[in-house]
Amino acid sequence: MQTIRFLLYKEFLQIFRNRVMLPILFIMPVVQLLVLSFAATYELKEVHFVLVDLDHSPSSRDLSAKFQASGYFALADATSNIEEAITMMDRGEIRMILTIPQNFHRDITIGRPAPVQLMIDAVDGVSAGLIQSYSGAIIRDFNSDRKGGIFLQTISQPNQQYQSINVIPVYWYNPDLNYINFMVPGILVVLVTMIGVFLSGMNIVREKEIGTIEQLNVTPIRKYQFITGKLIPFWIIGMVDLLIGLALARYGFNIPFLGSLWLILAVAGIYLVLVQSVGLLISTITSTQQQAMFIAWFMMVIFILMGGLFTPIESMPVWAQNLTLANPVAWFIKIMRMVLLKGAGWYEIKWMVLLLTGMAAFFIAASINRYNKTSS
Amino acid sequence: MPDKAIIAENLTRKFGDFTAVDQVSFDVEKGEIFGFLGANGAGKTTAIRILTGLLAPTSGKAFVAGLNVYTEMEKIKKSIGYMSQKFSLYDDLTVRENIRFYGGIYGLPRSILKQKTDEIIEIVGLGDAVNKRVASLPLGWKQKLAFSVSILHNPDIVFLDEPTSGVDPITRRQFWEMIYEASENGITIFVTTHYLDEAEYCDRVSIMVDGRIDALDTPAGLKKTFNADSIEEVFIRLARKEVWDERYQS
Repeated sequence: MQTIRFLLYKEFLQIFRNRVMLPILFIMPVVQLLVLSFAATYELKEVHFVLVDLDHSPSSRDLSAKFQASGYFALADATSNIEEAITMMDRGEIRMILTIPQNFHRDITIGRPAPVQLMIDAVDGVSAGLIQSYSGAIIRDFNSDRKGGIFLQTISQPNQQYQSINVIPVYWYNPDLNYINFMVPGILVVLVTMIGVFLSGMNIVREKEIGTIEQLNVTPIRKYQFITGKLIPFWIIGMVDLLIGLALARYGFNIPFLGSLWLILAVAGIYLVLVQSVGLLISTITSTQQQAMFIAWFMMVIFILMGGLFTPIESMPVWAQNLTLANPVAWFIKIMRMVLLKGAGWYEIKWMVLLLTGMAAFFIAASINRYNKTSS
Repeated sequence: MPDKAIIAENLTRKFGDFTAVDQVSFDVEKGEIFGFLGANGAGKTTAIRILTGLLAPTSGKAFVAGLNVYTEMEKIKKSIGYMSQKFSLYDDLTVRENIRFYGGIYGLPRSILKQKTDEIIEIVGLGDAVNKRVASLPLGWKQKLAFSVSILHNPDIVFLDEPTSGVDPITRRQFWEMIYEASENGITIFVTTHYLDEAEYCDRVSIMVDGRIDALDTPAGLKKTFNADSIEEVFIRLARKEVWDERYQS
């Protein structure tokens, strides 16, 4: 116990003496949350579109006005030449072409279904999907005022009928579809993961590089003491950073905290041990910080991209979904969102927490086992 | 294995095809200053790393403080000190913090730690520098400090790997005075060097060439055997013989 105390004292001295790292450790949560939360947006703003109006009727003007009034679409130009509109799309000036055919007004007033065509720039598939669904909502709205209806022509789903059934979606847990509510819990997970994977592991490799680890290895220090001494300081820093992040989420972003804060902190405690052990394991198989950094980044990128932060896990192919079962980042993001946004309690997240605990136990055992005072 | 500080029997370490330490056998008496001489790359550091438990031997036997290096290494570590060739105190900690840390790791009680710290400051002549970061100290002081830290826990044996390389002649002399003092306090000294004049300060000297020990005796004995005026001459003859053998016997 005394040995661990001396190790901790030494680590904290070194951490607080590091004038480059120390500020970053505490500015990082703030910057990450601010930048990522505002930048990583799924919301549509100001989609420029061209109206190709071949009808020039009150109804066509009405539909176009509805698009513009939604706040998501801005009319870039109105033309009756479809080629001209396509040229603008090719140049990237607009992202949608709304074509209203001749006799649109006549059909719609006598109650006959009338087609309109949407052409959407789908280079960015996610926002193309959003444009389509927003347009659908506007057209539904338009239809509800009229006897007859429009059906929407898109390439993928031709002749979608919007008149027969009126779907009114109700979004649970995040009623305003506020992307910040959705992103911030995930970004907090990324933050904790970075601190966990990088700091402990890198710290050991640094001692390898400067040679101080040999001086420690000739002492009677026990492996578990050494590992504990390396885990605890950065565990504390990770938890402090998480608290800063949570405070910012609560009071800066007004994220609802429906579930228990203590539950989040308890899971975070286990999760940190897990990611730290992964970092330690990396440090045992590498001998320079460059190697360790490279491997750690490689893993981080995969963990995060497959963690459900930027792309929903549900829309991945099945094999990739199965891979995410072994991804601790995915589990913790899920837990965070469930507890913060849905108010889930221990009962709902029990299995995921047990899984994380199991992984933590495995990796910590592996890293203690792999850390050798004697090289062979 | 009574009364011997170190026993090595046919100790061997291979790295792939390369044999760094080749069937080396020697004994070190308790309380002795044992010099381990050799050119760069002769295998001195590898031998020291095996005896301090940093490296596993490939074959052969070795006992340190009466304990087997294969099975009782962690026990051995309580009775040995080690000063590596690479300076290995923490640069970003002060002198006092380094002493406190290593003392703490070896489990020294607080009172003894304080007394030892004062002693080291006195011996190394640090004075006010005790609260300076180690990085800012001149090399000579660093080396003397590293030695003091390596014997902080009063080990039975201390291994010094080229402790004086790069140090000025006056500091080297002071360093050897410190070694003598430690020796008088009953610590067995195992020291490698490639400064051949330093060999004269040792009780016994072994000369390592290409992983093997070619000669082992008191400095006077070696000079007599090889009919030489200095250890340097002995060393050069042994090294030449090696070249001779390589040229004409293979």
